[in-house]
Amino acid sequence: MPTDLAVIGAGPAGLAASIAAAARGVRVTLVDAAPSAGGQFYRQPATGLGARRAQALHHQWRTWTRLREGLDRHIAAGRVTHLTDHHVWNVERTSTGLTVHALSGPEQETPVAVRADAVLLATGGYERVLPFPGWTLPGVLTAGGAQAMLKGTLVVPGGRVVVAGTGPLLLPVATGLAAAGVAVAALVESAGPEDFARHAGALAAQPGKAVEGALYTARLLRHRVRILPRHTVLEAHGDDRLEAVTVAALDPAGRPRPGTARRIPCDTLAVGHGMLPHTELADTLGCRIDGVAGVAVDDEQRTDVPGVWAAGEATGIGGAALALAEGHIAGRSIAARLSGTAPDPRQWERVARSRAALRRFSTTLDGVYAPPAHWADQVDDATVVCRCEEVRAGTVREAVGRLGAGDLRTVKLLTRAGMGWCQGRICTPGVAGVAGCAPTAARSPFARPVPLDVLAREPLQEGPDAC
Amino acid sequence: MVGAACALYAARAGLDVALVDRGPVAGGTTGAGEGNLLVSDKEPGPELELALLSLRLWDELADELGPAVEYEPKGGVVVASAPEGLAALEGLAAEQRAAGVEAVDVPANRLRDLEPHLAPGLTGGVLYPQDRQVMPALAAAHLVRASRARLLTGRTVTGVLRTRQGAVRGVRTDRGDVHAPAVVNAAGTWSGEVAALAGVTLPVLPRRGFVLVTEPLPPRVRHKVYAADYVADVASDSAALQTSPVVEGTAAGPVLIGASRERVGFDRSFSLPVARALAAGATRLFPFLEQVRAMRTYLGFRPYMPDHLPAVGPDPRAPGLYHACGHEGAGIGLSTGTGHLIAQILGGGRPELDLTPFRPERFEQEAV
Amino acid sequence: MNPLELAGARPEPAFTVTFDDRELQALPGWTVAAALWAAGITSWRTTRRDGRPRGIFCGIGVCFDCLVTVNDRPNQRACLVAVRPGDVIRTQEGTGHAD
Repeated sequence: MPTDLAVIGAGPAGLAASIAAAARGVRVTLVDAAPSAGGQFYRQPATGLGARRAQALHHQWRTWTRLREGLDRHIAAGRVTHLTDHHVWNVERTSTGLTVHALSGPEQETPVAVRADAVLLATGGYERVLPFPGWTLPGVLTAGGAQAMLKGTLVVPGGRVVVAGTGPLLLPVATGLAAAGVAVAALVESAGPEDFARHAGALAAQPGKAVEGALYTARLLRHRVRILPRHTVLEAHGDDRLEAVTVAALDPAGRPRPGTARRIPCDTLAVGHGMLPHTELADTLGCRIDGVAGVAVDDEQRTDVPGVWAAGEATGIGGAALALAEGHIAGRSIAARLSGTAPDPRQWERVARSRAALRRFSTTLDGVYAPPAHWADQVDDATVVCRCEEVRAGTVREAVGRLGAGDLRTVKLLTRAGMGWCQGRICTPGVAGVAGCAPTAARSPFARPVPLDVLAREPLQEGPDAC
Repeated sequence: MVGAACALYAARAGLDVALVDRGPVAGGTTGAGEGNLLVSDKEPGPELELALLSLRLWDELADELGPAVEYEPKGGVVVASAPEGLAALEGLAAEQRAAGVEAVDVPANRLRDLEPHLAPGLTGGVLYPQDRQVMPALAAAHLVRASRARLLTGRTVTGVLRTRQGAVRGVRTDRGDVHAPAVVNAAGTWSGEVAALAGVTLPVLPRRGFVLVTEPLPPRVRHKVYAADYVADVASDSAALQTSPVVEGTAAGPVLIGASRERVGFDRSFSLPVARALAAGATRLFPFLEQVRAMRTYLGFRPYMPDHLPAVGPDPRAPGLYHACGHEGAGIGLSTGTGHLIAQILGGGRPELDLTPFRPERFEQEAV
Repeated sequence: MNPLELAGARPEPAFTVTFDDRELQALPGWTVAAALWAAGITSWRTTRRDGRPRGIFCGIGVCFDCLVTVNDRPNQRACLVAVRPGDVIRTQEGTGHAD
């Protein structure tokens, strides 16, 4: 089946776009790294686990059911081809259009190329974690990671978990783990009630979200989870694995209050400080990126590169509902543009209004949830800040102080921070904070490592375009 | 890198030095280089003499800074895959030996003693024990630090100040003037623009190169290893894409794979065809790399001069202006010699090498 | 309540894999990381500079901290790779490449 549109990412944005475009006659190939659709938000238990009540792990289940049924319908009708377990490493502009390069197979070594006239980048986001002493110990993982393990494999970390950091993800993670039988020793959130009070008006403008938050809190109380607002984790303890964390209350300036530090025994720390967008594919294509905020798009979700659209977290962190709205608009825009007509935005006016409101809401949340202002002071020189290359905070500070590095690129060149396997995706915010310079979006022409023999071979069109 | 070396040697000659850069230290081509200190790829002539001088100075600096700049006297191995290539390579090696280079012919059956993972079927090669490697960004930063020069980064030179008689008396920057009776243009690929500010022309053009970086590996590639056709590519004047495999390990673990050359202006966009060509070349030389993953690429712009020689020395068209630029892909290696020679002439002495081939005004004269 | 009960799971039959020669039971659909976690194993790699233990961190394939050797292939992301019957999983040391 020839492809008009390649959608990269089968989360809410990619699904909404695929369905909207396919419903308007566009032949879609949906390329995704996971074994089944859903993305991070609607990550589904693996088929072999035979889960009959996956909804117990999720909320907004009805929305998911609608997406799933829509996708299945279009797949059955031959309008959508869903390539699962396909890891996209590059999108190439050629003289005839765009080619999506992916790796498939159990070891991700089989090259697949999908040629398309249009590409939608719905690559989602990943969690930001700022460093602190002990954060490299086994047993410390991202809040989203703990959730992904639970939703995808029905396996939970350890017996006693602390959920910590900041952001709207912590509540559902703590509730989800508690519901699955894990003892959640504490929920440590650096934002405090006064941060919410400051934005009360804007938060109340999204009553659904407020109700959602209240429900989570009620459930946590039911599971007897201790909630510690305006607190932070100072250190994780243990030799070869996590044994406890030290938490402390924060003063109004965002510094730990003397005398408030206390130790909480735990075998797992699920920690996160908000989300970052995946922008590498867009960056390599030459799309404009707005700093660390995401891929820049217009009202139709078009990037500034012809034929390339973007939607969802990749264009700025805003949650699943916003991703659905953006994906839907992108799908309709693509359908119109591919048939050579300008779309009429009045047709999606309602969705556009919802998109605008959700974007305002996420801006408000950014103001509420913030890591402690002086978090970098807690990172001692011996703390590893770049996990891959094991670069310590002291080395970063030396590059700045002794060698005069004043920007992230120079810090990276002089210390190797950000040059390892993850290509700076994890360490960039931490290294920038410790160095005292502005963070920049992680960039790499290869969104994933590529075997050299795959790179060396000119790809066959092994994708759905081949037949 | 060249600016850092000029600052170091000038400061050590007793001069008061200010180092001005519109970006950070190593922000231009230095930060995108592999850090090659090579004699192997140079034909006998003025560039090779500069390389030999530079190498001696690098060895001295290594005593001071070695580990901090990841200095590795690893040697280079050039291999040929066909008899004609080998004959040309051995011919070049013989000439280089006559010019003072250590070059050892290696028969095909001994290549794997040097590099156990090399592909079978190569016809032979030459070992160049003097080839070395350094981590270029660290080298530049440590040379700047050792020079104790006043470091003015993030300042763009917007003009060259002249006296009424026409002599250079400093530079204007976007953040104030810097006064000095001597100005050294070490702006690399952007040196033509700085020269233009002084009203003189210097034909420096960007020649783009990509480097592929693999996942970290144990030491498997011991030397800098490259195919004999690399020398021909370096010497070529073509603007079209050329790639010849250059493979080397690094102290940090990843293997670096070069080298591509193309003249496409300052286009920073990634090119998958170039990455494919580099991967194909490297896996032909080292088949074990087929299973190894590439993690990233980076690119840089070599300062290309029409005759492949740098501009080093005073500019008679603008008294007080000196050039130290246009080293193409050899700037890291040639930086020490260049800095040393510049310091000698700034101090009023006689330079150790004849600078005639490097005269910055040579192209103008040819045009006339 | 455990997660399998919560989701009303009726898994297909378990199978055996080994981790550093120890036998583990794994369920179809699990990743390598899930199989290791379920057996109480939290680290399966040592870093190449300091030799420190690492296990899962981001859980979604971004951080490469959970690299592991599966069936003699090093540098597999435990959080992504599906576990298969008979898999031989080994702690990965350093670069994962012998030499």
